[in-house]
Amino acid sequence: MAEKGKTKEFKWQRKHLLGLRELTAEEITYILDTAQGFEEISARAVKKAPPLRGKLVVNLFFEDSTRTRNSFALAANRLSADVVEFTKKDSSVSKGETLLDTARNLEAMGIDIVVIRHNAGGAPTLLSKYINACVVNAGDGYCEHPTQGLLDVFTIRKRKGSLKGLKIAIVGDISHSRVARSDMWAMTKLGAEVTFVGPPTLMPPKVEQLPVKISYSLDDVIEKVDVINMLRIQFERLGGNPFPSVREYSHYFGLTVERMKRAKPDILVMHPGPINRGLEIESEVADGKNSVILQQVTNGVTVRMAVLFLVNQAAAEKQAEAQNG
Amino acid sequence: MKVLLNAKQIDSILNKLTNRIVADIPEGVEIAVIGIRSRGEIVAQRLAKRLSEKIGSDIPCGTLDITLYRDDLNSPKSGSQPRVRTTEIRFNIDDKIIILVDDVLHTGRSARAAMDALIDLGRPKAIRLAVLVDRAGREFPIQADYAGYKAVAKPEQLVQVLLKESDNKEQVIVE
Amino acid sequence: MVNKAKKLMGDELLIKNGRVIDPANKINRKCDVLIADEKFVEVGRVKKSVANVIDATGKLVVPGLIDIHVHFREPGDEEEETIASGSAAAVAGGFTSVVCMPNTTPPIEDETDVEYVHRKARKARKTHVYTMGSITKGREGVELAEMGFMSQAGAVGFTDDGSGVQDASVMLRALKYAQMFNVVIAQHCQDDKIAGKGVMNSGYYSTILGLPGLDPLAEEAMLWRDIQLVKKIKAGTVRYHAQHISTAGSVELIRAAKKLGLPVTCEVTPHHLLLTEKCCAEYDTNYKVNPPLRTEKDIEALKEAIADGLVDALVTDHAPHLQSEKELEFLAAPFGLIGLECALPLYIKSLVEPGILDWPGLIRLMAEKPAKIIGVDKGTMSKGKQADVTIIDPNAEYKIDVNTFRSKSKNCPYNSWTVKGRVEKTIVGGEIRFSAESCPP
Repeated sequence: MAEKGKTKEFKWQRKHLLGLRELTAEEITYILDTAQGFEEISARAVKKAPPLRGKLVVNLFFEDSTRTRNSFALAANRLSADVVEFTKKDSSVSKGETLLDTARNLEAMGIDIVVIRHNAGGAPTLLSKYINACVVNAGDGYCEHPTQGLLDVFTIRKRKGSLKGLKIAIVGDISHSRVARSDMWAMTKLGAEVTFVGPPTLMPPKVEQLPVKISYSLDDVIEKVDVINMLRIQFERLGGNPFPSVREYSHYFGLTVERMKRAKPDILVMHPGPINRGLEIESEVADGKNSVILQQVTNGVTVRMAVLFLVNQAAAEKQAEAQNG
Repeated sequence: MKVLLNAKQIDSILNKLTNRIVADIPEGVEIAVIGIRSRGEIVAQRLAKRLSEKIGSDIPCGTLDITLYRDDLNSPKSGSQPRVRTTEIRFNIDDKIIILVDDVLHTGRSARAAMDALIDLGRPKAIRLAVLVDRAGREFPIQADYAGYKAVAKPEQLVQVLLKESDNKEQVIVE
Repeated sequence: MVNKAKKLMGDELLIKNGRVIDPANKINRKCDVLIADEKFVEVGRVKKSVANVIDATGKLVVPGLIDIHVHFREPGDEEEETIASGSAAAVAGGFTSVVCMPNTTPPIEDETDVEYVHRKARKARKTHVYTMGSITKGREGVELAEMGFMSQAGAVGFTDDGSGVQDASVMLRALKYAQMFNVVIAQHCQDDKIAGKGVMNSGYYSTILGLPGLDPLAEEAMLWRDIQLVKKIKAGTVRYHAQHISTAGSVELIRAAKKLGLPVTCEVTPHHLLLTEKCCAEYDTNYKVNPPLRTEKDIEALKEAIADGLVDALVTDHAPHLQSEKELEFLAAPFGLIGLECALPLYIKSLVEPGILDWPGLIRLMAEKPAKIIGVDKGTMSKGKQADVTIIDPNAEYKIDVNTFRSKSKNCPYNSWTVKGRVEKTIVGGEIRFSAESCPP
């Protein structure tokens, strides 16, 4: 059962998924293509396939997140892997066990894949240097959330066919958003034009050096874009009052029914969830015909299945190479 | 490299397979054809067309990707990496006789994986394995119900089916 | 590793045939140095025959190097470093005097603390160890600490280093009060409100690495403020010293202050001359330091400042930390890297080799001027002064190996760097306290 003729054989070689910044467009496309093959598993009667049978996936979540955690757990289960949940309220230092110690202890119990969410950018990178298991980043500080970026472009690709030339706006607290960064890398690598929209106080340092456009006005941008991704305003993360009130933020940056009237009729409305109804997005818009928010959730499980499958495959190949010397 | 079958012979074998499959269908039972990626699905599509013509009604045809059910995923050998492709079966397989189609039956592992995949998709009335080429070298106790051509090849040789839809030629070769 | 200080026979030591560089006395030529009774006797052609001779042919002979900004973690964090291990590291790096920062646990804030440091240093018998005292009690930035008693006990200056004094009124009070004691007030310039939770330079890299940034403005805002305060205090003997400046903006502020003739000095570390924020891209915590690594433009500005004579001291800000502490995620790891045992070759790499400083210029910033800042009678080879000497092989090429360091901690980003320039001998008060030949390269 040989493959059809290919120009050059592409091989997935990463046993870790730490971020999208270092991935090529080819690698990202490969993940999306692979994910397509997993879609029907979630739709059929027996929602399981065996490729990760006997493998142990640990959800190492140092930050609260039921959605992402469940999504990864579901993805792992659908591939017949076993899942262990490990939530820790506080990361390391004064509370005792350091991140590395925690990971090493888990590894000593025999784990294959660690899915980690941590409030420190670079925590997954640190893990990948010291442990043998595969490391999948489920969100590190405000650095990246690669599976979210992947499911976002997967969703767009499904609806629009291709991202080339699409105009995409990402609206909200860009400075603290790992979703914005992962989206930026994935979308620009696939050929889309990305605009960050938000108040100047929520733009990160040297944002003008990033491969995006910037706007402080949602009204300027709404008519021009094919896709709009509304980020959740996270009060718990914002220090120092970057805007005077919720009411003022909504007024200038909320996705309202009124603004939608001026948008393209086939615009896609996205949101990583959970939604602050009435704050960054009005209920009717979130539930409206342009919204793909629920598809994002479905696609999240699919994409995570593909990611777990691929990192495991790369790890198995590396191990086989090592043994055959 | 030796040519075992040419285009004309392949065509003739497909016709023979069609006739034998039709002869075995009991009264009132539905059949469907599912091909194993890749190349199996091309053979499946051709068989489905001929079966539809012979029976006089449209026989559903689907494509099965067995990558996720392979038994060598966690102990890979060097060489190409298996790619996950899509499974496209847009009909219910419950209570039907599924003609499972592949281009070559060799070790039997692909057929084993295909059966596991099908069982996760539903409960067929029966699965019957139809292959264009059957060669010795079984590693699992699997036999074809309908084998087109019995190829003779040494263990280290590769028997390849080339089809015009995927390879721009019609031959079965051994090398 | 054995490093016994040798008490010499007849108390006479002759260092022959080296190139002597003593910028204070305008000496830069091949000649000899005669030491007796722990003091410099003669620098020139010495015909006298003496029992103890060091042949310094091909080597540089300079006044003992002085690092006015190091952290020895005693009292409180002795696993990281002690005064003993730190002094051993210092002499191995060619330093005959160092100045400790007072951010120990507890901090150095009265005369008994100062005496403690001196006592431990005497016991170690390696490098001269001076200490600064904290400006405020507990380094909390609210109430002044006992500068008087600490000065009497020998504190050479005051700083809350580790932090800057946030309240302008407190800093003003400190500067006024210090006029009584003829000391230097040193500042770690960092406005905490602007700095926030920053862990690396605020810029492109902090954005894509998802780490909170430390804006250059945090350093420059406090430096500007302090210069205004210094301006306000008329005459008096207070001296102000800006510690580890790291930005082009800080350079401009220093330039303007000096132009006005204000008693302002400043210092620069080797990492701020060699490394940029890009080094943090792999989240290696050996590059996590405060002030953080900045940009190429800042490095250029600092080098220009050095060439223009605006910088008064080169320091290491030697900051030891345990491996377990540095093996944390970048956000949580402590700031700092060590540098005593590789400072000299790094300064050669960043300043002498590119021609920004010649050797006399380097020695001026590593001995003569630092001594003036802290007000000690060192940094020269003038007759009658205590004989602190560093002998350097300027041509020895080797790879830095942190595993040979005498420091208890190994948090150093320069491991495996190929460098030129090695300390051959470090002589403190006429005693050889470090000798390279007794330690293999």
